[in-house]
Amino acid sequence: MSILVGLIILLSVIVLVQILRVNELISEVKDQDANEITDKDNNVQGILTFAIFGVLFLGFVLWQFKYWGVHILPPASSLHGAKIDTLMNFTLGVILIVFFLTQPILAWFSLKYRGRKNSVAYFYPHNNKLEVIWTVVPTLILTPLIIYGLNVWNDITSTDTGNSKVIELYAKQFNWTARYAGEDNTLGKANYKLVEGLNVLGVDMEDTTAQDDIVTREVHLVVGESVLLKMRSQDVIHSAFLPHFRVQMNCVPGMTTQFGFTPTQTTAEMKEQEGEDFEFVLLCNKICGAAHYNMKMKFIVETQEEYDAWMASQETLKNTLTLN
Amino acid sequence: MSEHHKETFLTKYVFSLDHKMIAKQFLITGMFMGVIGMLMSILFRLQLSNPGESFAVLEFFLGEKWAPGGILDPNIYLALVTMHGTILVFWVLTAGLTGTFANFLIPLQIGARDMASGFMNMLSYWFFFAATIVLLYSLFVESGPAAAGWTIYPPLSALPQAIPGSGLGQDLWLIAITLFVVSSLLGGLNYIVTILNMRTKGMTMSRLPLTIWALLIVAILGVLSFPVLLSCALLLIFDRSFGTSFYLSDIIINGEALHNTGGSPILFEHLFWFLGHPEVYIILLPALGIVSEVISVNSRKPIFGYKAMVGALIVIAFLSFIVWGHHMFITGMDPFLGSVFTFTTLLIAIPSAVKVFNYLATLWRANIRFTPAMLFAIGFVSTFITGGLTGLILGDSALDINVHDTYFVVGHFHIVMGVSAIYGMLAGVYHWFPKMYGRMMNKKLGYLHFWVTFISAYGVFFPMHFLGLAGLPRRYYTNSAFPMFDGLSDINEVITFFAIIGGLVQLLFIFNFFYSIFKGTKATENPWGSNTLEWTTPVERIHGNWPGEIPTVERWAYDYSKPGADQDFVPQNVPLKEGESEH
Repeated sequence: MSILVGLIILLSVIVLVQILRVNELISEVKDQDANEITDKDNNVQGILTFAIFGVLFLGFVLWQFKYWGVHILPPASSLHGAKIDTLMNFTLGVILIVFFLTQPILAWFSLKYRGRKNSVAYFYPHNNKLEVIWTVVPTLILTPLIIYGLNVWNDITSTDTGNSKVIELYAKQFNWTARYAGEDNTLGKANYKLVEGLNVLGVDMEDTTAQDDIVTREVHLVVGESVLLKMRSQDVIHSAFLPHFRVQMNCVPGMTTQFGFTPTQTTAEMKEQEGEDFEFVLLCNKICGAAHYNMKMKFIVETQEEYDAWMASQETLKNTLTLN
Repeated sequence: MSEHHKETFLTKYVFSLDHKMIAKQFLITGMFMGVIGMLMSILFRLQLSNPGESFAVLEFFLGEKWAPGGILDPNIYLALVTMHGTILVFWVLTAGLTGTFANFLIPLQIGARDMASGFMNMLSYWFFFAATIVLLYSLFVESGPAAAGWTIYPPLSALPQAIPGSGLGQDLWLIAITLFVVSSLLGGLNYIVTILNMRTKGMTMSRLPLTIWALLIVAILGVLSFPVLLSCALLLIFDRSFGTSFYLSDIIINGEALHNTGGSPILFEHLFWFLGHPEVYIILLPALGIVSEVISVNSRKPIFGYKAMVGALIVIAFLSFIVWGHHMFITGMDPFLGSVFTFTTLLIAIPSAVKVFNYLATLWRANIRFTPAMLFAIGFVSTFITGGLTGLILGDSALDINVHDTYFVVGHFHIVMGVSAIYGMLAGVYHWFPKMYGRMMNKKLGYLHFWVTFISAYGVFFPMHFLGLAGLPRRYYTNSAFPMFDGLSDINEVITFFAIIGGLVQLLFIFNFFYSIFKGTKATENPWGSNTLEWTTPVERIHGNWPGEIPTVERWAYDYSKPGADQDFVPQNVPLKEGESEH
């Protein structure tokens, strides 16, 4: 098999060499330099550049938006997510306008100004006025983009999370664990040296605020109620990525990070829109090892009653650790 | 006054002090590594479009252990991704690109007989060669090569228990990169000194070709940022081997609680990206320089706005040092800091836009000669626009939240620095091949190479933006674990299809390259009608570059189609005519 492949490769190289020799010999007979760029070359390549840069490529871009555009931004299901999406659509709009202005110019100039032996280019080394214009115009376009972007960023990061429900996300190779802060809405202290047996998060049970903490394998949220996710990691860097909520934050061993948001749609509502299979999921989005691609946890957004019913069936950490 | 000492095979081709030979050594090593890096990408693309399927080619290259039954092992998938990135970023687009063109062009274009220190230059190549051997060796160790991503974030890269690639493979990676940094510093210092001190008479800074400006700025960037990578790597070596805790804290791995406390993986990220971001421009700027030169020569027009082009290079280089935080928006850094990095990052759009418009203005009313080099240069302008624009999304911290580490990033940086820089490099090879080897490359193969490359590169990387906007994370072995990504498999198939075509056509380029070295039609001294000094040297390529006196420079490099001139170019060593003004 490998010998056959080797033979085929060898043969194709020999064939290529012969084709090139023939090509060069023909040029020699015609008294031409085989590699000189002729007017014919300029014509063919100029037209090709226009056709491929200007028509085929731009057509491909439009085709992709038509057929793959549905994949852009799965529906946003959080308060700030809607703001990010508006900013995203605005930015995408600006980008596409600039894209569809500049790329055709490039293709058009290549066609229009393809060289001819007898024509001469226009000596035009600089024009300060023009250069000022195309420094100022991008600046003017950029200014609202920057201001708008920073405003949204500021909105997201300065949201008051004082009254948010606190939930911890704990990452390790290759799964997630969640911890609700319980009645007192305060997470008990934790230390990696205390991880043992059922105490998978290393919670310090001496800490009075830890008693009512609740450890779960999936996260239930109440629609419209703000939550503050606090992230920790046990081993390597992971990243908590919740694409539908437009939430992403790294989980870093040795420190706690956080992200606050408010879900706006229940899982049931999303299933109606997106199909029965829909689930909110938490993904790991920082390379973390062999099963990185399979590190997930289910998020369920529901009404207060559904949430209360589920919560009532969960054990507090104190009970889990002492009763078992 | 060239040095006519007797050359043996060893001193001429191996331990050569001649900058032209060293440039070719960098180029051919870079091309060799490019083939390996590209092959890796095709192997993991097969897995991504057809997850879990058996391929004979996987088993052929990776063996029974890493691709049992022709199915790629998840750890080896990550190793391939890591090595692909490492090889392409450092070996091909840093050493292969700058090493080739800085060495080749600096003495020739500024009018010097060689680099300031030929010996340091030779050492620079041989450190690079040693780095290459170590890196390639790591592909053959029992536990596999490094697999923590090319950015090697600890703790993953620090703990062999976390992933097998973080064993011996990671040690070898770190040694290779250390040797690489030494090589890059030896080269960079040499480039700076040569450009500043060894310009021929009349070659003022304002008459330097843009290639040299770009290479000078790149060398400065490298000298300022690579030492930070070295310290970053050294601390990681300490953490891995000597029990320190620079980057490690509060870790349980494989059920064992490690003693390390107080370190921070985020410190690593800051150090890494302090190099990592300038590195992006270390890759891009030489391509910008080459493209400026190639576009001007083949438009038969002066580059539009020479001073603005130099200014834009300087501004981009300066900004590149204060934007590294945009790689870390979601590490939990202070939101205010995030705002600052967003602001500085988006500013880069301004000098970039100036460059694009100046390229377009150069093409306006030109007399374009479509050499393969020119096509790659025009292709560069296209990818630079496309990839640059998507940077406006990633540089915006609020938008980054949702696309960070998704395929959107992969699409963006491959187009703006991967494909663009490769186009710049290929434009450079096609353009300066006659000066390197005294022969021409076959133009028809060149055309075919360009068009298939152009179509497949966009075919591979443009669709990735859609994957990313759908939320698909990068570095996933397969996306089949999440039903929400089920609709994306046709996009992945398209990408893999174009990746294979695009990969195969590069073999055509390599064939053309080696065929032309030996059998190409003979080149003349100045086949493109260029103004820069390298085209005043004889076809024979002697050590010392000019057989007689070094030419004196009388004008800038861009007097193309100047009214009143006898032909449509006026080389830099031709004195101004009476009454002729300098552009």
